[in-house]
Amino acid sequence: MKQKLVVIGAGMASGRMLEHLFDNGGDFDVTLFNAEPRGNYNRLMLSPVLSGEKTYDQIVTHDADWYASHGVDCRFGEPVVRIDRTKRIVYSNAGGVPYDALVIATGSAPFIVPVPGKDLPGVCAYRDLEDTNKMIAASGPGAKAVVIGGGLLGLEAAAGMTARGAEVTVIHLMGHLMERQLDPAAGYLLQRDLESRGIRIHCKGATKAILGKDRVEAVLLDDGTVYPADLVCMAVGIRPEVRLANDAHLDVGRGITVDDQLRTSDLAIFALGECIEHDKQLFGLVAPLYDQARVLAETLLGREAAFKPVQTATKLKVTGVDLFSAGDFADGPGREDIVFRDPGRGVYKRLILEGERLLGAVMYGDTADGSWFFDLIKQGRDVTDLRETLIFGPAFQGGASANPLAAVAALPPEAEICGCNGVCKGKIVTAIEGGATTLDAVRSLTKASASCGTCTGLVEQVMALTLGDGFTANANPPMCKCTDHTHEDVRRLIKSMGLKSIPAVMQDLGWKTVGGCASCRPALNYYLISDWPTDYVDDRQSRFVNERNHANIQKDGTYSVVPRMWGGVTNPAELRAIADAADKYNVPMIKVTGGQRIDLLGVRKEDLPAIWLDFNAAGMVSGHAYAKGLRTVKTCVGTEFCRFGTQDSTGLGIKLEKLLWGSWTPAKVKLGVSGCPRNCAEATCKDIGVVCVDSGYEISVAGAAGMDVRETEFLYKATSEAEVMEVIAAFTQLYRENARYLHRIYKWVAKVGLEWCRAQMDDPANRRALYDRFMLSQSIYQTDPWAELAVTPADWAPIADLTLRAAE
Amino acid sequence: MSQFIDIAALDDIPRQGARLVKTQSGCIAVFRTADDQVFAIDDRCPHKGGPLSEGIVHGTAVTCPLHAAVFDLNTGQSTDDWHVKTYAVRVDGGRVMLDAAFLARRSAA
Ligand SMILES: Cc1cc2nc3c(=O)[nH]c(=O)nc-3n(C[C@H](O)[C@H](O)[C@H](O)COP(=O)(O)OP(=O)(O)OC[C@H]3O[C@@H](n4cnc5c(N)ncnc54)[C@H](O)[C@@H]3O)c2cc1C
Ligand code: SF4
Ligand code: SF4
Ligand code: FES
Repeated sequence: MKQKLVVIGAGMASGRMLEHLFDNGGDFDVTLFNAEPRGNYNRLMLSPVLSGEKTYDQIVTHDADWYASHGVDCRFGEPVVRIDRTKRIVYSNAGGVPYDALVIATGSAPFIVPVPGKDLPGVCAYRDLEDTNKMIAASGPGAKAVVIGGGLLGLEAAAGMTARGAEVTVIHLMGHLMERQLDPAAGYLLQRDLESRGIRIHCKGATKAILGKDRVEAVLLDDGTVYPADLVCMAVGIRPEVRLANDAHLDVGRGITVDDQLRTSDLAIFALGECIEHDKQLFGLVAPLYDQARVLAETLLGREAAFKPVQTATKLKVTGVDLFSAGDFADGPGREDIVFRDPGRGVYKRLILEGERLLGAVMYGDTADGSWFFDLIKQGRDVTDLRETLIFGPAFQGGASANPLAAVAALPPEAEICGCNGVCKGKIVTAIEGGATTLDAVRSLTKASASCGTCTGLVEQVMALTLGDGFTANANPPMCKCTDHTHEDVRRLIKSMGLKSIPAVMQDLGWKTVGGCASCRPALNYYLISDWPTDYVDDRQSRFVNERNHANIQKDGTYSVVPRMWGGVTNPAELRAIADAADKYNVPMIKVTGGQRIDLLGVRKEDLPAIWLDFNAAGMVSGHAYAKGLRTVKTCVGTEFCRFGTQDSTGLGIKLEKLLWGSWTPAKVKLGVSGCPRNCAEATCKDIGVVCVDSGYEISVAGAAGMDVRETEFLYKATSEAEVMEVIAAFTQLYRENARYLHRIYKWVAKVGLEWCRAQMDDPANRRALYDRFMLSQSIYQTDPWAELAVTPADWAPIADLTLRAAE
Repeated sequence: MSQFIDIAALDDIPRQGARLVKTQSGCIAVFRTADDQVFAIDDRCPHKGGPLSEGIVHGTAVTCPLHAAVFDLNTGQSTDDWHVKTYAVRVDGGRVMLDAAFLARRSAA
C-alpha cells in the first residue's frame, strides 16, 4: 500500500522537497495543506512583483497540472489547526486526514512591533501575495508609505513601492541599513544609493506609535518625528511558525527541533524550512532550505542523508543596487581586513581573513566576483598565496604566482585599470612607450588614476612592468600615517564624492585612525573650507594653535599680536592705540616687521581678548600674522610721493589687501606692489608681486625669500587696477582650489607649471569664474576673528584656579 | 585617598580641546575628546615646555603644539618617550570632577 504523506505548508522548502521526492521515484499519496489560498510560488520573487517587473503568474513554481500529474491532493486555503499524534491525523476546519509520515513546513510569521496602532487598517507585513497586493494597491503616485525595518525585506518593499510612484520613508532602528549583512561602510553606500532614488532613510529611529483614527495616517517616532503614511509595512524580522508543533507537544526551541535527518522528536513527523531549529541555528534564506529539502526527500525514500548547514550569501534584489555579503564579517581579534574602495564608481569590497582562511566578504557596487569569494569561504581553503591580489578577484589569479607585478603582467591589454575613466592596460602601455615616464605624464595623457586615484598603485605597476629599471615609483607619499591617499587624491575625492565634513572624509576615504592626527586634521579642515565655503563650518579644534588662538605662540607660551596696517600705512591714532596697549598689557617688546607693520610680543593668553577689544575700538582688525592666509601687502610710496612712480602703488596695495584679507590659503600668502621697476617694495620675491610701469601693471608670481630664494615669474600684464584685482583674486583662488596644504605658491606652481596658470588667467570666462568663487568664499570668511572671539574672554583664561585651595 | 572636586561644566571644555586648571605647581590641562571622555595631564611638555592644552586632540591623544610629540592621554606617555603626570578626572552629571588628592600630597610635602 502507498504511504500516506501529509505536508503542512506549500512554501519554498516543501515545494523543493516534493520535487526531489517525485524525481527520485517516490511513491506516496501526498496531501498538501496551505494556509494561503494557492500553491507553491517563488516567494523571493514577490519583490519583482511588487515593483512591477514581474507578474504573479510568472513566479508560480508548481501549477495545477504539476500537482495533478503527481496525484497531490491540494488543500489550498485550508490551514491545518491540529495534529493528533497518537492517531496520526491532521485536522483542518474541513476535517481530518490520516498520515504515515507528516512534514511540517510552515515557514515563519512576520514579527509585528507591539506599538499602539499596529492593528489599524493599512498596516501590513511583507510575507505573501496578499501583503504584496496591499502594497501595490496603496502605492500609486503621490501615495505616502512608511516601511519599518531597513533589512533585506524592508528595503525591497521600499524600492518596490518607490518604483510604483509612492513616496517612501524607511525607519531603521540601527545605525546603518542591513546591519546583519553589511558593515557600516557598505551600509552607508547603500543608503546613499537608495536616497538618490528618492527613498528617505531614517536610521536610529525607534517607532513609538502608528497614528490614525479609522486607518493609518502617520508614524510617530521616539524622537518626536512624524511621517505621514497611507500605508505602513512592518519588516522588522520573522519568527518560526511553531504554533502547531507546540500544541502537539513536539520539542520546540526557537524553532521546531530536528536532527540531521530533519526528524522531530516524533519519529513519524519531519520538519524543514524556516520553522525549524537545527543545531541551535535558525534559517532565513533559501539556500540551506534547499539542502534540507534534498535531505528530507532522501530520508523519506529510506536513503542515508544528513543535513549540514552551509554558509549563506545575501544579495539584495533591488534593480540597480549591487550588493553581496557572505560569511562572517564582524571585527574580532586576529581577524584582518583587506579593503578596496573605488569611490568614483561607488565600489566597496571588503574581505575578512582569519589566519590563512577567508571568513567573509562584503561587496557593494561591483559584485561580479561574489560567487568566487563565496566558494573560497565555503571551501575554507588556504588563501595565503593569493593574498596580495585576492581582493581583485579571479581575473587576477593568473596561475600560481603570488607576485602582484606578475598578476598585472598577466592582465590582457583590454583589462580595465582605471575604473573612473575607463582606461585599459593597453592604453597605458602605449602612453608609456610613447614617452610618458612619470605618473603625472601618464595621468595627463590617458586620464588613468586622474579621478579618484585608487588605481594609482596599479598604474605604477603597469609602469614598472613596461619601463623595467627605468621606473622609479612616484615619490608622492601618503598624506600621513592615517591614510594611504596622497594630498592630491584626498582633494580630488573631497570634490568628486561631495564629502563635506571631516568625519565624512575619514569614513569614506577609509582613514585608519579614529580622529586623524595633528598632520591631517588641519589639512582636511582647510580643504573643506576651500571646497565648500557655504556648507562646511570651520573646525577650530582642527587648527594649529596659532590659527586657533589668532595669535602666534612664542617659545615661552606667550603670544604676539599684530594688527593689520593696510598697505603698511598707519596714522597717529593707530600708533597711539598700539602704544597704549603696549603699556596697559606690559608688552615686553614692540617690533617693526618685515611686512610693514608692528608686532607686540609677549602678550599673555588671558589678555588676548582685552587687547583685541582695544584694537577693535581704534578701528584695527587682526593682521592674520599667524595664518595660512593673506598676510601682508607691502607697498612703496609710488606716484603719491616718489618722483619715479608710474602708478599709485600704495593705493593699489591697500585695495588688494582689502580685497584679499581674511581668506584662508594652503600656506601663507604675501604680496608686494612697487611703483616702478626700481622695486622698493621687493615685489619680485613675494608670492604674488605687482610692478607698475607706464603702460600698466606687471603681475608676477611664485617668488620666495625664505629657506628657498627665488624671483617671481611673469603671469599677466594688466592695464587697469580693476584688472589687477580680478587676476590676483582669480589666481589666489586657483591656488586655493588646487594646491596641497602647506605648499607655498612657488612650490605649487613648480608642480602644475606656470604655463597652465597663465592659460587659466588668459581665459576671461574661467578667470571670472575663479574670481566669483573667491568672492563667494570671502562673503563668508572675510570677518575679523578678533571681534568674534573677544566677546567671550572667559574662554581664554583657566577654568579653575586651585592655587589658593589648601588641602582639607 | 581620592578627593574629587568640581572644577567646571563639561561644556566649558570644547570637544577635541582642553582647558587649564591652575595649581601652585603649574597648570593641569583637562581634555575632552570627540566622544566626551575627559582626561587630565600636566600641561607642560617635558621636551621644551610646550603647552599641551594647545595641541590638536585626536582620538585619545594630543600632539604638542611646539614640536609635535604625541602624548597618550590615558598614560601621559609620548611616542618620544617623554612622560607627563596624569590625574584622575571624571564626569558627574555634566560636571567635570578632578581628583585633588595631589593638592594634599603637595602641601604635605
Ligand atoms: C519578499 C521576500 C523576499 C525574499 N527574498 C529572499 C532572497 O532574496 N533570498 C533568500 O534566500 N530568501 C529570501 N526570502 C526568504 C525566503 O522566501 C524564505 O526563506 C523561504 O520562503 C522560507 O521557506 P519555507 O518553505 O520555510 O516557508 P514559506 O515559503 O514561508 O512557506 C510556508 C508556507 O506555510 C504556510 N502555512 C503556515 N502555517 C500553516 C498552517 N497551519 N497550515 C497550512 N499552511 C500553513 C504558509 O501560508 C506558507 O505558504 C524572501 C522572503 C520574502 C517574503
Ligand atoms: S619702487 Fe619705484 S615708485 Fe616705488 S618707491 Fe621705489 S622708486 Fe619709487
Ligand atoms: S628667521 Fe628664524 S629665528 Fe627669526 S623669526 Fe623667523 S623663524 Fe624665528
Ligand atoms: S615642547 Fe613639546 S614637543 Fe617640543
